[in-house]
Amino acid sequence: MNVVELSDAPPRESSTDRRDPAIHIAVAGDRSGGAEDAEGQTVIELRDLSCFYGTFRAVRDVSISVKKQQITALIGPSGCGKSTLIRTINRMNDLVPNYRIEGTVLLDGQDLFARDVDPVAVRRRVGMVFQKPNPFPKTVWENVAFGPKINGYKGDLNELVERSLRRAALWDDVKDKLKQSGMALSGGQQQRLCIARTIAIEPEVILMDEPCSALDPRSTLQIEQLMAELKRDYTIVIVTHNMQQAARASDTTVFLTMGDDRAGYVVEQGETLEIFTNPKQQLTEDYVSGRFG
Amino acid sequence: MTSAARPMTRQRPASERVIEVLLFLAASVGVLTTIGIVVVLAVQTLEFFLQVSPIEFLTGTYWSASIRPYAWGVLPLISGTLLVAGIALIVAVPLGLLAAVLLAEYASTRQRNAIKPILETLAGIPTIVLGFFAINFVTPNLLKPIFGDAIGTFNALSGGIVVGLLITPLIASISEDSMSAVPRGMREGAYAMGATKFEVVRKVVFPAAISGIMASIILAASRAIGETMAVVLAVGTSPNLTLNPLESTQTMTAFIVQISTGDTPQGSVQFQSLFAVAAVLFTMTLVLNLISNRVVARFRTAY
Amino acid sequence: MTASTLRPGAPAQPRFEPELARRKLTGTLFYGACLAAIGILLMALLLLLYDVLSRGLPWLDWDFITGVPSRRPANAGLMPALIGSIQIALMVALFTFPTGVAAAIYLTEYAADSRVTRILRTNIANLAGVPSIIYGIFGLALFVRIAGFGFTVLSGALTLTLLILPVVIIASFEALKAVPDAQREGAYALGASRWQMVRGALLPAAAPGIMTGLILAMARAIGEAAPLLLVGASVFVTFVPNPLNGAYTVLPVQVYQWAGRPQEDFQGIAAAAIIVILLLMLFLNALALIVRVRLSRHIQW
Repeated sequence: MNVVELSDAPPRESSTDRRDPAIHIAVAGDRSGGAEDAEGQTVIELRDLSCFYGTFRAVRDVSISVKKQQITALIGPSGCGKSTLIRTINRMNDLVPNYRIEGTVLLDGQDLFARDVDPVAVRRRVGMVFQKPNPFPKTVWENVAFGPKINGYKGDLNELVERSLRRAALWDDVKDKLKQSGMALSGGQQQRLCIARTIAIEPEVILMDEPCSALDPRSTLQIEQLMAELKRDYTIVIVTHNMQQAARASDTTVFLTMGDDRAGYVVEQGETLEIFTNPKQQLTEDYVSGRFG
Repeated sequence: MTSAARPMTRQRPASERVIEVLLFLAASVGVLTTIGIVVVLAVQTLEFFLQVSPIEFLTGTYWSASIRPYAWGVLPLISGTLLVAGIALIVAVPLGLLAAVLLAEYASTRQRNAIKPILETLAGIPTIVLGFFAINFVTPNLLKPIFGDAIGTFNALSGGIVVGLLITPLIASISEDSMSAVPRGMREGAYAMGATKFEVVRKVVFPAAISGIMASIILAASRAIGETMAVVLAVGTSPNLTLNPLESTQTMTAFIVQISTGDTPQGSVQFQSLFAVAAVLFTMTLVLNLISNRVVARFRTAY
Repeated sequence: MTASTLRPGAPAQPRFEPELARRKLTGTLFYGACLAAIGILLMALLLLLYDVLSRGLPWLDWDFITGVPSRRPANAGLMPALIGSIQIALMVALFTFPTGVAAAIYLTEYAADSRVTRILRTNIANLAGVPSIIYGIFGLALFVRIAGFGFTVLSGALTLTLLILPVVIIASFEALKAVPDAQREGAYALGASRWQMVRGALLPAAAPGIMTGLILAMARAIGEAAPLLLVGASVFVTFVPNPLNGAYTVLPVQVYQWAGRPQEDFQGIAAAAIIVILLLMLFLNALALIVRVRLSRHIQW
């Protein structure tokens, strides 16, 4: 495995560039991602994962390693299974009838789809932020307290709510409005509220399904800045249609596309910089230079 | 609450399972009620038929349950019910459809906000109040001046009129929904050919919405047939096989009330006749409701 | 090419006769008929109100509301019927609310979209169309006789519960269905179990519709007479009823009894009782509105 010094890299556009100095590249096909590395420990591993809605295969033989405390971006054209993949990781697709998988999904080495695993417990460790912000029609305070309450939090809820809102960069906006409706906030604020309530239950991983696609550019930038701070404590996997966003904000990028059988598959994955400036596959090069998508 | 290495084994608590069972029981109350109604009516009617011949019941034209000699032909009660329901429909169908067209095609938002409450109030009036209106206003102030001595204090017409008022909102609201559901494209096609608004309504919207409209009328008929308190005061207690709305007659529902609030001992054949009449009533309304469901399903034009 | 060039001398034949004026007139007449229909309905309503108010208001005073019925209209009062109506209303609310909402939750969240579920739903829709007097008959057989509750308020309340249950289930079902899936997913994503999702996220979001449906169903139940006549609501009760045994009556039944008497004075007190009923319904409708506004203050979808 190569270790690349970041100082060789050209300056990035993002103003909050807090990259780890040592970065591992996971080359497509490399399956050894495990716990032996000091930094960049693998948190989530998908091995030969195929996802089926009934008889329709949406995703074919995907193998991805998600490293701890990094931002991994899944990019690719519409319909290539990116959302399906992340919704599999937190077992949200269990709610879809006739959904099944073949292959393995590991979280910290534990098989998430083992027979005796409770999806509810999985979702306590893997949180999700959705494309369109979906706060509950409750007060801001209740929105953040919802997760901890149902998970049996025994400490001071007020303190937890404040802490979560601070870490989501929302506290200053809402500290006088905790009793107001969460749905009365602006779009960007609502999304940060959803992030706050997600981190209130201290997950290990935060999945984000196109979290900025319903937001204006300024809110988008705020969320990206937030993500860069959050990755110090959480591992983040983000699905995005926005290539510039993936290039700006992520450490690792996985590029998927749709095959002739309409199933998505991984074309290439690796360090974001490499994917965007020096991709190994022609298809990747075509996509990141905008020739299709 | 750190989650590192927490086991994720299935601990679906027993309480989730218990909750699911309780919810299922609640949902089954519906089925159990239906079965219960059918069983009760069937059993009691059969008991009645042990004492009275079904043929006489279903084909006889004379009904006398309280006055000897007893007679058990149910047709007068059925005709009374149908007479009242028929009058109700004559009142309700034109009023309801005109109101529906107004709401769906002509009315502005302000007008809708004024009209809808009228219909909703009419639909929400307790039926005994309508019965009161029938005997205290409709008969003396409306019908007697018109018909004079030809009309009795108890008559089918006043009952039919107030039941008609009762079911008009039903026809109006379902028909309005049906007409509003007709896609704009259909109307615009007709307008583009130079049709007037009335013609668009008559030739495009109405036919396209016909299944919903018919269903609403059938449902309204079913409601009118099952109506009790609005007719029990106004129509009378003298069952007779007549089509003259000016005469007094008796509906099935009024008969049931009469027997159950009277001195008739339970278990007697008079009391049992109540169940047999109820069985006929239940069957009629059930058949109409099922037909109404079918009409909607069958004639629905795929848009 | 006009016809005159084909047959010189003959007048040009128009190929269309739009008759626009006549057609527009028909349309206007039709519109007038629509307005007349609404006018007739409004008139009927106003006449009814006028009749009731003019007959009943003179009789409506505090003595009337707190007194007991009597053979003489002048001495008659409404108290037993009023108490009976309130008792029955409270019991019906108590029985209907959990059962109806629970059934609706089962149908929307727990039951698979299968044949069985569709049968359950069709069945409930059919029950909503069964005449109220049939429920009275069923109540007579089941609660009065088989269960042995006799002619009591309990039997009456249970019978009315069955009557309005389909309506409550349908209203709750619609309210639950109207909550966007994103709300459910949001709760699941935070590690909620299904019941935690239902209780914490779904029910609060559906509460306005559910409560409105329940209150309006209660308004209907209070106006019902026929089913209660069959399960023993007496037409002559001169004391305040004990809910678990003994005779009782309710407002609509009291109206029925008084209105059945030929004397004008009895019609008067019947009208006064009707005014009380209408006021109760007005109150409940207003309550439904207030509850709806209060419960949906955070909702924006």
